Amino acid sequence: MTLYELTIHQLHDLLVKREVTAREATEALYRRIGEVDGKVRAYLRLTEEEAFRQAEETDRKILRGEEIGDLEGIPIGIKDILCTEGLETTCGSKILRGYIPFYDATVIKKLKERGAIFLGKLNMDEFAMGSSTENSGFQITRNPWNLTCIPGGSSGGSAAAVAADECIAALGTDTGGSIRQPASCCGVVGLKPTYGRVSRYGLIAFASSLDQIGPITKDVEDCALLLGGISGHDPFDSTSVNTEVPDYKQYLVNDIKGVRIGIPKEYFVEGMDPEVERATQAAIDLLGKGGAKVRSISLPHTPYAVAIYYIICTAEASSNLARYDGVKYGFRSNRYEDLLEMYGRTRAEGFGKEVKRRIILGTYVLSAGYYEAYYRKASQVRTLMKSDFDKAFDEVDVIVTPTAPTPAFHIGEKVEDPLQMYLSDILTIPVNLAGIPALSLPCGFNREGLPIGLQIMGRHFDEGMLLRVAYTFEQNTDFHLKKPALL
Amino acid sequence: MKMDIEKVARLARIQLTEEEKRTFGSQLEQILTYMEQLNRLDTTGVEPTSHAIPVVNVFRVDEVRPSTPREKILKASPDQEDGHFKVPRIIE
Repeated sequence: MTLYELTIHQLHDLLVKREVTAREATEALYRRIGEVDGKVRAYLRLTEEEAFRQAEETDRKILRGEEIGDLEGIPIGIKDILCTEGLETTCGSKILRGYIPFYDATVIKKLKERGAIFLGKLNMDEFAMGSSTENSGFQITRNPWNLTCIPGGSSGGSAAAVAADECIAALGTDTGGSIRQPASCCGVVGLKPTYGRVSRYGLIAFASSLDQIGPITKDVEDCALLLGGISGHDPFDSTSVNTEVPDYKQYLVNDIKGVRIGIPKEYFVEGMDPEVERATQAAIDLLGKGGAKVRSISLPHTPYAVAIYYIICTAEASSNLARYDGVKYGFRSNRYEDLLEMYGRTRAEGFGKEVKRRIILGTYVLSAGYYEAYYRKASQVRTLMKSDFDKAFDEVDVIVTPTAPTPAFHIGEKVEDPLQMYLSDILTIPVNLAGIPALSLPCGFNREGLPIGLQIMGRHFDEGMLLRVAYTFEQNTDFHLKKPALL
Repeated sequence: MKMDIEKVARLARIQLTEEEKRTFGSQLEQILTYMEQLNRLDTTGVEPTSHAIPVVNVFRVDEVRPSTPREKILKASPDQEDGHFKVPRIIE
């Protein structure tokens, strides 16, 4: 087996047995990046020097006979939305070009403490606004399964890098589906944890009541390992919840007997791709055969999700992105006469189209005279949507749906039609509005060989149940073992 | 037309080109029309949700400790002078 194809747990075993060094693994990954990233374009920048320093530290530790943790010496990629001390962090935006944070995000700090190796920073839609990574201010990332297709977004660089074996695993972030939808498009595993499970400190804010950091990995076991490595309360994020982090490995069991699975009829929407529907149905049948109790449920407010979401997230974004004023960080236009013009031109030249569109929309829905009709109304319907889930989880343990209504679409297909682009998030958005966790894993391929993702949602802080159902599914299928033919 | 785009762009401190005003104007019009479906629901008496998980204020002990050094913060700024952010004249 080639080193870059390994999972976290496989590489860990080889490191412990001293069959491979962290340095060799890191070299193999950088060689792989050199071979394929010209096509995929997942990375914005690489951090070789620091990566090899960490690799050698791990190797010395192993040579001394010390025990190493699950993530120690594992080369991973980081979405460029997470602040990394001393290393440029752009959030996919020209307005942050040249911004060098003086601190690490809490998740970065945690992974450094655990000895993980950072290979580089991964491309994304600007400020995580998008479903295709076409909104990056720097480059278009391509889907490793078909280079004319989008990798999904906004964590498109992370999902594409994992699928193309350009890192062992990656971190992404998810505000309305930005981990799960790209994971689905690229045929890998992605988990959005419960809101509050993972600290958002050092995550560049888009919509603070929805954003959450999570793992993108090659299999479910890796998902459990990386989730364990980043979870937990943080005094620097007052919305991170102070509950114990379980050892997620205990949920990796091939057994779902008696697990109650709900299938919400509202998720099988008009316009759903028939191949996605067939793959989802086959997955549900397989879970039923495995002993789960499958039943139909209703989440009646689902059709309102996109409308609620694009009011709330743009409102929060218009406020969060007010800080990019050409004064404190990053870019400042040099064409201005006075302060107001400096703001206006800096933001005009620094932000891309989608970010401007969302700031304008968010400013409008919060403005005097419209607040009640839009923001308040959306927040009330959010309550109704959340109570749909509360009721459903009285009767079932998990909810299973497709992750996206279609497989990856073509580059350029939806850029001129923002509403159509927004509707591609329809199946992932409700999870963020309700703050619950959800996981996407591969459940098939369409005729053209593009991956199809299965979404599993659970109760607040019940990531363990998601891992159990996903692990069981994975143990009884081989979709996760398929690799794109890139070379 | 639902939105006075010039006014909103001014509030958002973004200078839009004429082309952007036209395309954003019609795209946002379409999006706002889509959002109006929320009005089909009666939400009388429904409490709005601003956070999916109950959030309470978090206090820390009020003790003196070092804060981030000024130079570190200023380093990220596009223009600075004598330990301050430098901006165009604000008061005439």
